[in-house]
Amino acid sequence: MTTTPATPPPAGIAGISAVHRLTSAYLIVALLALLGANVPGLLQALDHAGLDLYPAAQPVLRSYYQGLTVHGVLNVLVWTTFFICGFLTFVTVYALRTPLASLRLAWATFWLMVVGLVLAAWPILTNEASVLFTFYPPLKAHPAFYLGLTLVVVGTWFVTANLALTYRRWRRSHPTERTPIAAFGSLVTFAMWTLASVGVAVEMLALLIPWSLGLVAEIDPLLARTLFWLTGHPIVYFWLLPAYVSWYAMVPRLAGGQLFSAPMARAAFILFLLLSTPLGLHHQFTDPGIWEQWKLLHAFLTFVVFFPSLLTFFNVVASLESGARARGGTGWVAWTRRLPWGDPALTAQVLAMILFAFGGIGGLVNASYNVNLIVHNTAWIVGHFHLTVGTAVTLSFMGITYWLVPLLSGRQLFSRRLALAQAWTWFVGMAVFSETLHRLGLLGMPRRTAMSLAPYVLPEWRGPLLLVGIGGVVLFVSGVLYFLNLGLTLVASRQPAAVEVPLAEYGDAEDHSPAFLDRFRPWLVAAVALVLVAYGPTLIHLLGTLSPVVGRRVW
Amino acid sequence: MNRTLLYELAWILPSIAIPIGMLVAIVVTTFGMQIHVPTYAGVVRAQTVGETPPFDQPGVAQLGPGRYQVTLLAHTWAFQPNEIRVPAGSEVEFVATSRDVIHGLLIEGTNVNVMLVPGRITRMKARFPRPGEYLFICHEYCGIGHHVMFGKVLVEAAP
Ligand code: HEM
Ligand SMILES: [Cu+2]
Ligand SMILES: [Cu+2]
Repeated sequence: MTTTPATPPPAGIAGISAVHRLTSAYLIVALLALLGANVPGLLQALDHAGLDLYPAAQPVLRSYYQGLTVHGVLNVLVWTTFFICGFLTFVTVYALRTPLASLRLAWATFWLMVVGLVLAAWPILTNEASVLFTFYPPLKAHPAFYLGLTLVVVGTWFVTANLALTYRRWRRSHPTERTPIAAFGSLVTFAMWTLASVGVAVEMLALLIPWSLGLVAEIDPLLARTLFWLTGHPIVYFWLLPAYVSWYAMVPRLAGGQLFSAPMARAAFILFLLLSTPLGLHHQFTDPGIWEQWKLLHAFLTFVVFFPSLLTFFNVVASLESGARARGGTGWVAWTRRLPWGDPALTAQVLAMILFAFGGIGGLVNASYNVNLIVHNTAWIVGHFHLTVGTAVTLSFMGITYWLVPLLSGRQLFSRRLALAQAWTWFVGMAVFSETLHRLGLLGMPRRTAMSLAPYVLPEWRGPLLLVGIGGVVLFVSGVLYFLNLGLTLVASRQPAAVEVPLAEYGDAEDHSPAFLDRFRPWLVAAVALVLVAYGPTLIHLLGTLSPVVGRRVW
Repeated sequence: MNRTLLYELAWILPSIAIPIGMLVAIVVTTFGMQIHVPTYAGVVRAQTVGETPPFDQPGVAQLGPGRYQVTLLAHTWAFQPNEIRVPAGSEVEFVATSRDVIHGLLIEGTNVNVMLVPGRITRMKARFPRPGEYLFICHEYCGIGHHVMFGKVLVEAAP
């Protein structure tokens, strides 16, 4: 085993400080979104515990459902997307040690996305778009909501273009080398997303925008829903893969070890490129109007895409183990004690992985076709995605900011111990919150519902609902600790930062991956073909059975 | 064979076997035990659904001994009917749709957990072996009154 080579200083890459500024800009928007989502999250949890604070939230939040729209949109559309665009641009440039193809394009993209965000935020905040983050028609929001979100999606395509051009520049001067894992994973993430986002783009441009502008009177809700979920499933991999990039390429170094298997990591990313998209019907198992056999095919493909996540789990744990053993760890399980638990960047990400294991198991249940009938649209689902996007992704991203924010700001993290406390409280709060929601789901409690106002609450829901409130309060406190620490880092930290980009580069000689695991084009072609096969017949059938309806503003 | 490869295989092979096992399980429960999810069941014009049979007469109809059909119409923010009476041991087919926005239908203690999409017909069967009161609720956000949208299946002891 060779030791990991040190990352060269930033001065080694032309224009790197401009990339730092760009990443900082994305990060600021992302963090403001996460901060903004924290408050409605707390209100929802308290509502579940029977405490209806919405009367006090007037006129900012006019209802539970306006709050829920804010919470969903800010968390899963803004926090994730802006973080990912900033972080993966940063990672690609560092991993390839190549300047970004176009800084001007990058800034234009950022501002386009900000304009889109403002356009979408305005109707949300004025209660003109309380349609939740899934915006299912015929719920009809203000046109600016759809236009704004479309601009954000288009922005992500420009990020793809910029990264692809950067890669091409690197490839010209490195014709035979393997793409460094971190860059490979970043590029796969954006390639996959760009293919996947075609669904929602078509939904917006062909259906929602003309209809919300009044150009057409009616819309087919099921066709719109199907296009939405064509993107809506792979979007979860768009959130998750950047965390995997960190787990593969950075966590091993934070742990003092190295990546266990580069070929396996590449294979996992390629499987995600291929299989993330042709399985969105698993969100529509319970929908009418779609033939059962196509739902079954999507269930099958969902099981297949579980495989690269299992590969990741194995590979990442083995990499952590290599770090712990290098630090003197021994035994089958005892080695875990030798991980650098004092480092919040690592701790947050390892805790995120642990809860993700449960999220994965729950995901298998959701994917299981007729078993889904037990959990669909119940609180179980809310429990599930707070483990996945709410923890595996969010807590990992928080862990990343524990080195990234000091690096970008040049200031040492204000308090390492506060950061550790934050990661552990998130872990504990989420374990309680999410486990309870899973149980409530099995008891038949619906999601997306203002429970404190529902007249039908069953007695067996009451105890668990209280625990949801308690878990939610712990999570809220954890969120406050997080922002307190970052804020104090920016205004009160006097120490210069002593951090490096923790890229655990696999030395070229170390990476024995075969060449076909370092290609994009053939896999992309195959991915498109799979989408056509998996969705073509269903979309044609839907177009042949259109049943359009008028829009409603019922909030 | 080196150690790394051995470790990799020891993980990969079960990782392939688990999904295959689960696939077999759903195929068996779907086609062997007949636990189906909704499939295509026709369209209906949402604007005129109130005048279109069978939705012009929502309610319970007996099809045969122990077999019933419930025609259910959802709208903001109620179900029609919101009280359904059937004897214990019956098999009930729900034929349902929505008049306006997307709603959901979940009946406590049964496999009925479906979406009601305006313009589309949802069909789903349920069995009610035991007498009792079964809550049914809308579980998809359908506007400001979503949380008051519910009903009850009253399963009466068979005479
Ligand atoms: C302070 C921490 C948080 C608390 C207390 C919290 C609480 C809640 C609660 C109680 C709900 C259920 C609402 C319902 O179904 O009626 C909810 C929904 C949701 N949460 Fe969170 N949450 C937190 C953080 C997060 C994070 C970090 C994410 C993702 C990055 C997230 C994503 C979501 C999403 C997507 C929904 C569903 C929205 C919808 O159904 O339209 N939450 N949250
Ligand atoms: Cu999915
Ligand atoms: Cu409803």
